[in-house]
Parts: sequence; structure tokens; C-alpha cells
Amino acid sequence: MSVAIENRAELSKELAAFVEEWRNKPGNLIMVLHKIQEEYGYVPEPVAREVARRLRVPEAQVFGVLTFYNFFNLEPPGKHRIAVCMGTACYLKGGGSILEDLSEYLNVPINGVTADKQFSLQAVRCIGCCGLAPAVLIDGEVVGKLTKEKMRETLKKYRENTQEALVTSQAL
Amino acid sequence: MPYANFCLICRGTACESSKADVLYDEIKQYVAANNLSEQVQVLRTGCFGFCEQGPIVKVLPDEAFYVQVKPEDAEELVTEHLLKGRPVERLIYREPGVHALGNIDQISFYQKQFRIALRNCGFIDPENIEEYIAREGYVALERVLFEISPDDVLKELETSGLRGRGGGGYPTWRKWKHTKEAVADQKYVVMNADEGDPGAYMDRSLLEGDPHSVLEAMAIAGYTTGADTGFVYVRAEYPLAIKRLRTAIAQAEEYGVLGDNILGSGFSFTIEIRLGAGAFVCGEETALLLSIQGERGTPVQRPPYPAVKGLWGKPTVINNVETFASIPVILTKGGAWFAKVGTETSKGTKVFALTGKVRNTGLIEVPMGITLRDVVYSIGGGIPGDKKFKAVQSGGPSGGMISSENLDTEIDYETLTALGSMMGSGGLIVMDEDDSMVDVARFYLDFTVEESCGKCVPCRVGGRQILHLLQKIADGKGTTEDIDRIEEIGKTMKASSLCGLGKTAASPALSAIRYFRQEFIDAIPADAKEDAV
Repeated sequence: MSVAIENRAELSKELAAFVEEWRNKPGNLIMVLHKIQEEYGYVPEPVAREVARRLRVPEAQVFGVLTFYNFFNLEPPGKHRIAVCMGTACYLKGGGSILEDLSEYLNVPINGVTADKQFSLQAVRCIGCCGLAPAVLIDGEVVGKLTKEKMRETLKKYRENTQEALVTSQAL
Repeated sequence: MPYANFCLICRGTACESSKADVLYDEIKQYVAANNLSEQVQVLRTGCFGFCEQGPIVKVLPDEAFYVQVKPEDAEELVTEHLLKGRPVERLIYREPGVHALGNIDQISFYQKQFRIALRNCGFIDPENIEEYIAREGYVALERVLFEISPDDVLKELETSGLRGRGGGGYPTWRKWKHTKEAVADQKYVVMNADEGDPGAYMDRSLLEGDPHSVLEAMAIAGYTTGADTGFVYVRAEYPLAIKRLRTAIAQAEEYGVLGDNILGSGFSFTIEIRLGAGAFVCGEETALLLSIQGERGTPVQRPPYPAVKGLWGKPTVINNVETFASIPVILTKGGAWFAKVGTETSKGTKVFALTGKVRNTGLIEVPMGITLRDVVYSIGGGIPGDKKFKAVQSGGPSGGMISSENLDTEIDYETLTALGSMMGSGGLIVMDEDDSMVDVARFYLDFTVEESCGKCVPCRVGGRQILHLLQKIADGKGTTEDIDRIEEIGKTMKASSLCGLGKTAASPALSAIRYFRQEFIDAIPADAKEDAV
């Protein structure tokens, strides 16, 4: 019986080498998935399928693992990634209202991406900066002791940078 | 020529996010520009603990404790203090009765602390193995390899009374003994650094501030139990900790204290890093082991315990970061030294992340048996904004609320459990009069419901039911019957869930009801109250 091989992606050289390096190590799947996410910002389905083939792991197991762990995204994130800490300390100090305000301000659902693909908004578990509560990660950088106003102010910077980039690219 | 001054800059995550990395570069630059590189050593260290006041810079031997230092302050700090010997008064930490110059130990935040696990955090550069070695690093491993037997190690750990710092509190020596006695062709050592507890960052600070201490302890565990491979299972959300661990492993291998034929003893031990991927349940040991195997992290019935049948079915010692961090110093100073600190049943110290509505948030290490009052008021400096203390939450989503009437309880594993909470991994979250206990209970249940793996019914269904009832009460639509029902479901979950997550998931709700029942009753509309007590 032949199985239709479809919807599989070519791997980059680096990724292929990484998969090869880990192929025979037990327990490699999660490490390889991390590498994929590092490269793409998320785990594209066709790449996951190709990796399943190379690691000789059933696709069901690959997607079982991908959907079990919160860290893996199956959808591409926005250009800037905002992760609002919902750890206990941040929650007590108003992290929840910052999250809601951001959702309103950016007009994006929680755990969604803005229509212009510029921002993705996520609620995340403790980022371990409880001393800076409430805190938010923007593209991996911690912004702490936030208020709604300070948060909006911070985002303006990112917005402006983005718009500048847009204008420049259009001018070119 | 030896250095005349040492300038220690905290490079933990909290300080780094307040630009301690830029500050470090600036200070180095000004030190060089003023031709001070021969006289002043600028050091990047781990967490000082006093995160509220970060970034922190300490200048030795003057013992000047600078707080909230900004990159713009670098020039003044270097030219005034390091060049001219005139401390920069405006940046020195002050509190009533203390001016932190030459008397750092007088700062109330540090007064009642006792640092064992955190002994090197804030003192050494975590990215330089020589600094760890200079503070008796790898001395314990050498002693274990050449001077004492594995049985002696177990004996010393037994004398120390060290119990698991991940929250469970199982005696460490006994865990190791089970693995040592198990007969197998392969054994493993695993470090649980999957610190998923919201509001807690003890393990991260330890890994960032003193990675070698835990690597040394893992090698000791390997030698003692007969394992040649170790895995560090660490949260992917902790990039700095991962980077420092990687650096530390590479340096340790280069110096011959890890890898093949350690120090020429014939014993080999390698350590690999495996990343978690954001599943709280993977803090449970059987789930964690499956995750290392690259699978979904769903807990498995115990026994058999991992000590006998763990990773890939082989005997596996699995300990938490803080537990490992305490071990080298126990073996250099002796178990009896460690056992002098603490209470009858709980020896040594415990690291806590003190956060929430408290003046001095930060990372603290205190002797077991300290009272919560000392923690909240002496170390934490009390509640900001003249608010009234309401409760401390310990143990995260598995723990519970502790109310003001129990502030004078001496904390150890047993007393916290008796109060309906637990030691947990070390999150201590202070709440004031503004915090609603119904809402906090709902917050925790929301967390555990989302993190429940769904394998067993009590946890999967029970948690959701409790959350639903709490939401109903929070929305002002509850009845007194709902409160009773929460307690009933909670008890069932405790008795019948498969793993620790499910067994303890109801604790935040149960303890909130136990100490603040009136608050739940007040949230119920008058017409739905029936003989409320």
C-alpha cells in the first residue's frame, strides 16, 4: 500500500543537521521541536511532519506532544510578541487589567495576533520577575512595575518603529 | 598585584531587566577609561535577593550597598568611589537606623536570613568556574571520590536531615539509598528545574547565580548511587539559566570535574540539558521523566517510584534544584553542622520567593522554624501603603492561605501542612485587605484546571466543578450550598486523584474557605443564604 506523501516541508540545512545530530538520542522529540520553534517562531505543520519522518516517530505522537505543551505555537506569532505575566504576584498587582487593556488597545483577543500581524498578545505563567510585578515580556525583554499608561506608552515606541519601517519600505 | 576593590553587580533576571547588563558594561568601560583595571575587579554575580531595590551594586571591601543603580550612574560611581574613594551617598541603601556602608549585615532584609543554598549567589561570577572553586567548589566531590564511601555520603545526608526542597519533603538520603540498592545496568540522576509555580523563582535564581553547586551535587549523586548520566530538566522560559548551565557544564568538563574519568578517579559522569515546554504537571516526577523521554507529560501511578523504576524504566534519583544546591556544603561542613539549623523535623534552611503586597520583595533564605511574622514584617518590611495584612499564600497552586492568627507559627514541613497549606517549592505571596479570597481561590483553580493533564477523573472533572462554583460565587450568584459542595469535591479530589497536582489542586479553595468563610458567605446574595454560620 502506498501512502500519499504530502504537505511536508524541506528543512533548512541547520535544522536538518540538528535533527541528524539528535536522531539517535533517546528523548529527542521535544528538543527538536524547540529547535523548530526557535527557527520559525512557531512550529509549522509541514515541518513537524518532515521531522516526524526523519525521527521515525508517528505523526500522532509529534502532534500529541505539540498540543500538550503550552510553549509550542502552531500558528505564526506577530512581529512583536507581548507576553503578559499572569503569575500570582503580577495578578495581585493588576496584571489582569493590563492584559484586558492591551487587548482593547490593540484590538486583539487574548492569545491572538493583530490583523496587521504586528503584535501577538499572550497571557503567560510566571516569568519569575515577581519583584517587578506587574511585568510583561515584549520580544523577550522584561518591562516591569507597569501601569496601563506606562504599558501603552511602551507600545507606542514599537508602533512608531514599525510605522517608520513601513514608510521606509514603501519609499524604497 | 591583588585587586584593591571589588565591584559586584547583580546580573540576575530581575536586575538585568532593569538594565544591569548595560550598567555592567558602562562600569567596566569607566574603570578602563580611568586606568583602574589593575586595581578594581568588576564582577557579574547572581542574585543578591533584594530584587525590590535592583539593580544592586556592592563595592568591597568598603561594603557599600548601592541600590537602584542606573547606567547613567556608572560614571559617578567609578570616578567618585572607585577612583577617589568617596562613596556615592545618594545611591547607598538606607532604612531607619541603617545606612548601608560597611554594615550590610545590618540591613533588616538580610538580618534574619541564613544562606546555605544561596551561599554563592551574589558573591561569585556564575560564568567563571574558578570563582566557584575559590569558594570550596568541587571540594565535596573530590572528598566523595577519594576519601569517603558512598555509604558515608548517605550517612552524612541522613545526619543532616535534608529533605526534598521541591515541596514533598521526602528525606534525600533515603531516596538515594533506594537507587543505590536497586540493581540495574543503567541508572540516572535527574534535576527537577521545572519551576512552574506562579510567583516563585528560587530555582531560577540558584541556576543563574551558582550553577556549579548543583552540577557538583548531581555528580556526587551519580557516584553515590552508581549512575553515570544526569539530566537537567529546566524550563524553556528561563533562557539565562539555561545559558549559564551550558557554560558551567562546558567549563566543568574542561576542568575535569565532569565528563570522563573525573579527577582521575575512574568515575565518569555526564550531564545533559533537556528543556521543558510549559506544562506545570511536569513538575510531578513521573510526568517529568516522560517529558525527558520526549513524550506527553502525564503522571503515572506510583509505586514503583522513580528511585527504583524511573527514566526509561531505570532507577533514577530525582531531586529539586535547591536540594542539590545544599548538598556540597553538607559534605564539606558535615551533616551535623546542617542539622544544627532548623526544627525537630525539618533541618536546615529554605529559600523563598517573597512577593505580593510586601515592601521588600525578593529572594530570601531563612532557617526552618522562622515565623511568618518575621518573614513578612522583619525581612519583608511589612505591607506597603498602610494596608492591613490579610494572608500569606505558600505552596503555590498546591498550597493554601495562611491567615493572620497563624503568623506566629514556626514554619516547617509539618506545621504548614497542618495549617492546610504546604511548604511547596517556596513561593510566599503576601496579600492585603484589598485582595479577595474568593478571587484568589478562583485564580489558582483556573490555573490548575488549565494545567490538569486530564488523565484521571477526580482532577479533570473535580477541578472544573470547583472553578465553576467559585466563579458563580464571585459573580454574586452563589448559594451557601455551593460552599459546602466545594469542600466536598475538594476532599474527593484529595483522596482519589492520581498525582500530586490533583491531590492538592483544591487546597487554595479549601484553605480560603477554612480561614475566610465569612468572605465567601458575604459574596452570596441575601436571598440565597440559608442558615449561614
